[in-house]
Amino acid sequence: MNDLYLIYKNMTRKPLRLFLTCFAIFIAFLIFGAVTSLKTALNSSVELSADNRLVVFNRINFTQSLPISYFQKVAAVEGVKDVTHLNWFGGYYQEQSRQIVSLAVDPESYLRVYEEIVIPEEQKQAWFNNRQGALVGEKLAQIYGWKVGDRIPISSNIFTHKDGGYTWEFVVSGIFKGDSEQYDTRQMLFHYKYFMETQTFGNDWIGWMALTTDDPSLNEKVAKTIDDSFANSQSETDTSTEKSFNKAFIEQIGNIGLIIFSVVFTAFFTILIVVGNTMALAIRERTGEIAVLKTLGFSSARIFRMVLSESLLIAFIGGLSGLAAAWLLVEGVKTFLARFLPNLILDGDIALQALLFMLLLGIITGLLPAFNALRLNIVSAFNRQP
Amino acid sequence: MSEDVLFQLNGVGKSFVKGKEKISIFDDLNMSIERGDFVAIMGPSGSGKTTLLNMLGGVDQPTSGEIWFDGTRIDSLSESALTRWRAQNIGFIFQFYNLMPMLNAQRNVELPLLLTKLSKAQRRKNVETALALVGLSDRAKHMSSEMSGGQQQRVAIARAIVSDPKLILCDEPTGDLDRATADEILEMLQLLNRDHGKTIVMVTHDPAAAKYAKLTLHLDKGKFVQREIVA
Repeated sequence: MNDLYLIYKNMTRKPLRLFLTCFAIFIAFLIFGAVTSLKTALNSSVELSADNRLVVFNRINFTQSLPISYFQKVAAVEGVKDVTHLNWFGGYYQEQSRQIVSLAVDPESYLRVYEEIVIPEEQKQAWFNNRQGALVGEKLAQIYGWKVGDRIPISSNIFTHKDGGYTWEFVVSGIFKGDSEQYDTRQMLFHYKYFMETQTFGNDWIGWMALTTDDPSLNEKVAKTIDDSFANSQSETDTSTEKSFNKAFIEQIGNIGLIIFSVVFTAFFTILIVVGNTMALAIRERTGEIAVLKTLGFSSARIFRMVLSESLLIAFIGGLSGLAAAWLLVEGVKTFLARFLPNLILDGDIALQALLFMLLLGIITGLLPAFNALRLNIVSAFNRQP
Repeated sequence: MSEDVLFQLNGVGKSFVKGKEKISIFDDLNMSIERGDFVAIMGPSGSGKTTLLNMLGGVDQPTSGEIWFDGTRIDSLSESALTRWRAQNIGFIFQFYNLMPMLNAQRNVELPLLLTKLSKAQRRKNVETALALVGLSDRAKHMSSEMSGGQQQRVAIARAIVSDPKLILCDEPTGDLDRATADEILEMLQLLNRDHGKTIVMVTHDPAAAKYAKLTLHLDKGKFVQREIVA
C-alpha cells in the first residue's frame, strides 16, 4: 500500500459519484475538443495567411474583375516584393456537386507569392512548361485518384469553352503539399494563359491579385499606394492583408469565435462549479478520517498533496477520455465535412490546450478542499464527530 | 526526571476563549507516568480527561507549563515535528474505532507503517503479527463494515501497536461496546501492558474498565482529586 493506493481507494469509495463527476468532465472536454477543432478549421485560412501578403480586389466586390494592366503597375509599387494574379474558375469534376477550388494563375509568380506550396522541382518545371498542365493538391488527388500524367476533364459553372462546351481538359503536371498539415490541398491551379486562350469572356482581365511586401510593416503603405493609384478609375481597388480579408470573409458566417468561446466557457464554468462542489463535499465527508490520519502522524502537507492529487486524477480521467472521444468524433466526421471544412483536425495544439485546462480544473477544484484538509484541526474535527 | 518516567507534566495549564469568556480547563496540572504503567483517567464530563489525553498525544498544546516525553519537551515542538513525534511514539485507540471504511483490516493496520521506512515485506510481516496478537488473522481481508464493534476495536488496537510505539493512548476504548466485548478489549490491553511492556493511558467513564489499569487517576475540574493503585 502507498499514498496512490489511498488516493485510489478514496476516489472509488462512491463509484456512482465518481462516474458522474468524471462524466461531467468528459462532456466538457468532448465539447472543448470538438468545438475548438471546428473553430481552428474555420480560422485556418486566417492563421495560415502570411503576414506580408496582401490581396487586391475590385472595390465593388470580389467577384468583379480587374484589368490585367494593373498587374504590372502593382508590381512597380515600392515595397512590393512579388505579385501574382488569380481567376476563379468555378470548376467541378464530372458532376456539379463535385465542386473544386480551381484557379487560373500565372504559375511562376504564384509559386513565389505562395511559398507554402511544396512541390518537387521536376514537377514544377513540368507544369511551367506545359500550358495545359495543372497542379493538383494532395488531398484533391487522393479523393479522385489522380496521378501525375493523368488527363482530367474539369467543367466550369461560370465560363464557356471556345468549342462551345463547359469542360476543359488538363494534364496533371504535379501534386503539391502544404508546408503545414493545416494547409488546404483541396485545390487545383492551372495556366492563366491557357484559360484566356480558351474561354469566351474576352481577354486581358484578371480576378484579383495577391502580393507580398518586403516587410509586414510596409503593408499599410503599400495598400494605400495601390488604392490611391487606381482611385477614380473604371476599376477602383480595395487592398487589404490576406489575413483581414479571410477574417472578414469568415465573420460573414457569424462571430464564430465568440459563439464558441461562450459555449465552451459556459460549459466549463458549470462543470467547474459542479466538480468543485462535489470535491468539497467528498472531502468534508472525510473530515474525521483526515483527522485520524493526522493523529496517526500523516503530515498536513502529505494530506494536502493526496487531496489535490485526487482532484487532478479525476480531472485527467474525465478530461482525457473526453478528449479521446472528441478526437474520435472529429476523425469520424471529417470525411463527411471535408468539402466545407478541409482542415478539420484535433491537432497537438488543441490537445495541449486541453491538457492545460485539465490541470487548471484539477487544481482549482482541488485547491480549496486540499487547503481545508491542510488546515484541519484534529481536536475540532473529533469534536464534530457524532 | 527519573529514567523510569516516560511522561512528565509540570504546571500544565489549558484554557480557551469562548466569546468574551476565558474558560480554564487546567491551571497547574502536574503528573508523571512511568514506563510500563497502565493508567486509567476517570472523571465526570467536562473534567478535562480528553483534553489531557490530547495533550499527551501531541494533538493539542497546553497554554502554559511543560510536557516532557522520554527526555524531549514536546509542548514547544512545531506542528510538523509534533506530527513526526506522534508517528514514532504514540499509538491511538478511539472510542468509535475510526477505521478507514474503504480499507480492509490489513490495510487499516498497515496505515501507520506508511510513515516508516520499512520494506513492503517487513510491513506485511508486522501487520500479520499485530493482527495475530489481537486474534484477527482470519479477518485480515475483511472490511470494517463486515466486522462487529469488538472486532473493529481489535483492528484499531492492532493499528495502534503495529509500529511498536512507546505509549498507547485510549480514549473511551470500550464506550461503544457491550460488557462482554468491552472486557475482551480491556483484557487485551492488559495483556499488551503486562506481557509486552506497553505503557498505556486510558480515559474512561467506566469504573469496571478502570479496574484493568494499574493506577487510576480521578480528575475533576482540572485537578487530580484521587489516586488509586490496583493491587
